[in-house]
Amino acid sequence: MSNARRATSGTLLVTSLTYAVLIAIAIIYIYPFLISIATSFKTQAEAADDPLSLVPATFSTAAYERLFLNSDFPLWFQNSIIVTVVVTMGRVFFNSLAGYALSRLTFPGRTAVFAGLVAVMAVPSVVLLIPKFLVINQLGIYDSYAGLIIPLLADAAGIFIMKNFFESIPVAVEEAARIDGAGTFRVFWSVVLPMARPAIITIVILAFQGSWNELSHFIVASQSQDLFNLTKGVAQLSSGALSQGAQFPLKLGAAVIMTIPVAVLFFVFQKRIMNASSGAVKE
Amino acid sequence: MSTPATPPGTPGGGALPTRRELRRRELRRRGRRRAGVNRGQTGAGWLFITPMLVILGLFLVLPIFMALWVSLSDWTGRGSPFAATTNYVGGENYAELLTGGGLAERDFGTSIRNNLYYVLIVVPVQTIISLLLAVLVNQRLLKARGFFRTAFYFPSVTSSVAITVVFLFLFSASGAVNRAVAYLGVNGPNWINDPRGLLHIILGAFGVDSPPGALQEAPFLGVSWWNWLAGPSVTMTIYIIMAIFTTSGTFMLLYLAALQGISGDIQEATLVDGANAWQRLWLVTVPMLRPTTFTVITLGLIGTWQVFDQIYTGTRGSPSKTTLTPAYLSYETSFNSQQWGQGAAIAFILFAIIVVLTILQRIVLRESDVVPKRKRFRPTGEGGRSSVVPVGPPVVPVKPPAGGAA
Repeated sequence: MSNARRATSGTLLVTSLTYAVLIAIAIIYIYPFLISIATSFKTQAEAADDPLSLVPATFSTAAYERLFLNSDFPLWFQNSIIVTVVVTMGRVFFNSLAGYALSRLTFPGRTAVFAGLVAVMAVPSVVLLIPKFLVINQLGIYDSYAGLIIPLLADAAGIFIMKNFFESIPVAVEEAARIDGAGTFRVFWSVVLPMARPAIITIVILAFQGSWNELSHFIVASQSQDLFNLTKGVAQLSSGALSQGAQFPLKLGAAVIMTIPVAVLFFVFQKRIMNASSGAVKE
Repeated sequence: MSTPATPPGTPGGGALPTRRELRRRELRRRGRRRAGVNRGQTGAGWLFITPMLVILGLFLVLPIFMALWVSLSDWTGRGSPFAATTNYVGGENYAELLTGGGLAERDFGTSIRNNLYYVLIVVPVQTIISLLLAVLVNQRLLKARGFFRTAFYFPSVTSSVAITVVFLFLFSASGAVNRAVAYLGVNGPNWINDPRGLLHIILGAFGVDSPPGALQEAPFLGVSWWNWLAGPSVTMTIYIIMAIFTTSGTFMLLYLAALQGISGDIQEATLVDGANAWQRLWLVTVPMLRPTTFTVITLGLIGTWQVFDQIYTGTRGSPSKTTLTPAYLSYETSFNSQQWGQGAAIAFILFAIIVVLTILQRIVLRESDVVPKRKRFRPTGEGGRSSVVPVGPPVVPVKPPAGGAA
């Protein structure tokens, strides 16, 4: 009896301690984002004087006005959207094509191609920074949308995800379609692809997030101001391009805006993102 | 065997091809290797993977060979690296970096030192934090689990540029962090512009301000012993904290997935055996999570040697080159100093470092992994009753491998 009660009060203590720790950590993780939003609506002076408060004393949209009316920010945003949308669509198509071929079609060289794919995945991306520029330059697509987009159109990890997914769905449906006389592409396009929706959504999420947040590739693929995207533009802003002095409301406003699309994607597909990142497509 | 009437790959509609196709499938089932059977798929197969082969081949495989050539050449960035004006210089670029004795060697050595401390702190700390977050969030009775997971994971999905902007603000001289520590009566440093190494600061507290004679020599990569032992600079600490902040969420998810694979039976059995929560964590959960820990450390090592975005967005190597990393140095050497050969050579050395470390880590961690998972629990059952008792020795080396460095 007393034993049981002691256990309960012990559990209660542990539980409240757990909550206390979790809430403390959650505050540490969330505060930087809240403070960025708050500061972007502060005046320059207030941002410097009172960096901790979450409520602006005088609510100011000066930073956003400056960003949208008096800077290249809208252009960056537009470029980010163009690149991200094209890259995402390209990856969905090319990754699933390749993933389907590698999982379902038998052809000589398949094993070798797959081994090559695995080897390529092991090369750290930063090592490719300069090499990529060399090729882009050599091909004559430096400083163009083609140079920004084409190198990102397929990715080894995405092909992997698609291949794994196709392997998990039964062959029977395809066989039925094939018996009905559909060609390989028809089978792929109208039978298999619609069934692959969960995996495609995973690719969309990864491709969108990846190309929206990408920086190093855009640095080596272009230099003209017209082709700046958000990451490149905000990075330049951060190292002092638009501003004399700290200009924190402006920079944080830019950071907040560029986070919004990814944040929306994250909250919409929250469950799936949590699963996709843990290395398996569970469906 | 061949059916000339049917074009390979795409039998048209209609009754006849259907039957043919049927027969084909039948044949395929009987023996895949028979000639001609897969001819249709061969064409389609290669067609399907062509876009991927072109893209990955052009922008992943070809660059490696091109960069290898550039790293062995004196290309200055003008014209094509294959033009006649570019000369083969052998290992000159590598020699300049590794034993040249000049600025290039010193900068490279400094960047290696900076990144080394970054790795030494970030990898163990992020591994431990992500494990603890996962264990905390995984509790079945916890309310608002979803909220906590989201909160911890969210920094991982945002762009490193945006996070860097935020952190530069938080750590500015009169910024949020310094305001917060001021409440505790501590005078925060000028984070953004403080090249002092953490270990030097600690030594300074004991009155050691200048290097003893023995440490003034520069035996390796042009950096003196004293400077090798500087520790990460105060400014570098911002990036260290930021890396832990942004990646622990990702690794928490890996651990969460693994935790869900651990059966409740084992947890219950240890509960029955009277193990407390702490013992359960260290003696049961952590050993069982070994494969995940292995993955987390591997990914951590690979990721932390490639710091680029943050440095580019933030301090770009300053102050006093204490935030210079090999990745950023490689970029700067190529694009700003036009020393393309050297830049490419840095990239390859970095590649080698990552490969060697990954292999090394595999060997070290595998050694203590000889005991199969099952055997870690010695069934001490008699008759029908059996309970599991964690065996002592194999568990000990299982503690986060680099935990001591934290």
